[in-house]
Amino acid sequence: MNESMHLIIAGRTKRRRRFFLVTSLLAIISFALCCTMLMLGNTIYPFSDVISVLLGEKVKGASFAVGTIRFPRMVAGIFAGFAFGVAGTVFQTMLRNPLANPNVIGITAGSSAAAVFCIIVLHASNAFVSIASIIGGLATVIVIFLLSRGASFSIGRLILIGIGIQAMLNAVISYLLLIGQQHDIPTAMRWLSGSLNGAKMENLYPLIITVLIFGPIIIMLGKRLDMLELGEQAATSLGVNTDKTRLALIISSVLIIALATAATGPIAFVAFLAGPIAKRLVGAGFSTIIPAGLVGIILVLASDLIGQFAFAARYPVGVITGILGAPYLIYLLIRMNRKGDL
Amino acid sequence: MKPTHTFQSEGITAGYDNRTILHDVSISIPSNKISIIIGANGCGKSTLLKTMARLIKPASGQVTLDGKPINKIPPKQLARVLGLLPQSPIVPEGITVADLVGRGRYPHQTFLKGWTKKDYEAVAEAMDMMNITEFADRNIDELSGGQRQRVWIAMALAQQTDILFLDEPTTYLDITYQVEILDLLTDLNRKYGTTIVMVLHDINLSARYADHIFALHHGKLVAEGEPAKVITSKLIEDVFGLHCTVVKDPVSDSPSVVPIGRYHNKLRMYS
Repeated sequence: MNESMHLIIAGRTKRRRRFFLVTSLLAIISFALCCTMLMLGNTIYPFSDVISVLLGEKVKGASFAVGTIRFPRMVAGIFAGFAFGVAGTVFQTMLRNPLANPNVIGITAGSSAAAVFCIIVLHASNAFVSIASIIGGLATVIVIFLLSRGASFSIGRLILIGIGIQAMLNAVISYLLLIGQQHDIPTAMRWLSGSLNGAKMENLYPLIITVLIFGPIIIMLGKRLDMLELGEQAATSLGVNTDKTRLALIISSVLIIALATAATGPIAFVAFLAGPIAKRLVGAGFSTIIPAGLVGIILVLASDLIGQFAFAARYPVGVITGILGAPYLIYLLIRMNRKGDL
Repeated sequence: MKPTHTFQSEGITAGYDNRTILHDVSISIPSNKISIIIGANGCGKSTLLKTMARLIKPASGQVTLDGKPINKIPPKQLARVLGLLPQSPIVPEGITVADLVGRGRYPHQTFLKGWTKKDYEAVAEAMDMMNITEFADRNIDELSGGQRQRVWIAMALAQQTDILFLDEPTTYLDITYQVEILDLLTDLNRKYGTTIVMVLHDINLSARYADHIFALHHGKLVAEGEPAKVITSKLIEDVFGLHCTVVKDPVSDSPSVVPIGRYHNKLRMYS
């Protein structure tokens, strides 16, 4: 008895140590990327200048470049990356499908379509476009959920209907881009591939506030999410109110991802990649929500740095994450096909 | 020993969507005993089990635990008294045996707190009882069907409920493992007085291991009581539509059903 207990404690301690080690490491890498982002640019400022600017001191040149351009860019990357990573892993775990991510339930397509419509047809202002994109994303989610509502909750039905609605919205987007005026197209494109360009602090507050409220809620629900993973019946028997838990998780994730999409546009594949990468790194047995959020931050910041500085031309972050994500999607499809999960 | 509970269904009618499967069933679960629900496929065995374990809301009637309707009891509190092992729970990818068994501790744990000494004790005890301690750090995917089922039962044991429901715990298992699982559940009942209620397909094993049998037919309770009194060729004919003769199990003296088909009938030769 005592011996068994020691064996179990030893095993679990080992897994917990790995979890904390990896999570700390991810946090350190995120922090290092933040510093790099603030220092790097057309002019490279030393770390000391960056600190001075952040402390509110006036440094010639650095104050504008770091404080007005690079800092908001970094904040946008952090909050959007965290939101995409967390919401992605929540959906993948809840729907028990690595292909499931917020794109599948239509947020991305919905907000992009609404934004493009407002830009091209209504010639609306930036603030209006952001609000419309949030509403468009949420409305699409609601439509998909209503359509896939049957007698009982079916993951397969949800994913299939999601893909169908997405295809329709993408057709609408393509049509709008065809009829649109030439000078509106670049603005519209920002909503099709995510970018941190032109991030301004005043536009980021809604995202920051939403993530600060709903991020902790999702983290607190992490243990219940783990129970949901055992299936509806087992979770209920263990005392989880599955309907309420699922609803709270969906609302929180949809909100943070809708706000992130409104702030940076859809940054391709981050929601899809962060969860599996985090899980591979920290191992099973512990909630992957926080590590997935950190991996999301790392993916966005690192991709943005690569997009800005690795090539002759500057590419938006969404292009780089797209290049990283596509091979993984193909790998996943091949693996699922072999296992017969598809 | 586990405390005594009054656990009853009062005229429950239940089903899925518009299809009613269970019609006005009132039963009282004998406390600290092993009860087995038998009946043909689709007769509502599982539905009865799930409705009593609050997985299905009854269309009418109610389920009460110690006089209180179960939907009025907070879910976590109820989960400390009543547990159910579903027929096909889902294995989270990559999880170790010990961590999966540990999930049974959820109703005892408080928010954000890690495992306490009590959690480790309960997990170790459950794993020892199911003889799976040696697999503690292994991945579930590496285990055989019989071993996996023992892991799931250990998870339900770690929950330390007074009442344990099992939905066909021996399905898909070889006969050796079926007997092993039923022996382990009997150990649990004898050692702690845990009230066990399960759905089983095998009538003869049911007759041997049950203290109390509930026989269902077309969603109605047709007989209940100790196996020796309930299991008769008449009941089996009514419930399963099977022509049979009932003999005494040479090992346990419990009733044993011997089916009579159209061939190989030695009795007919002399009649």
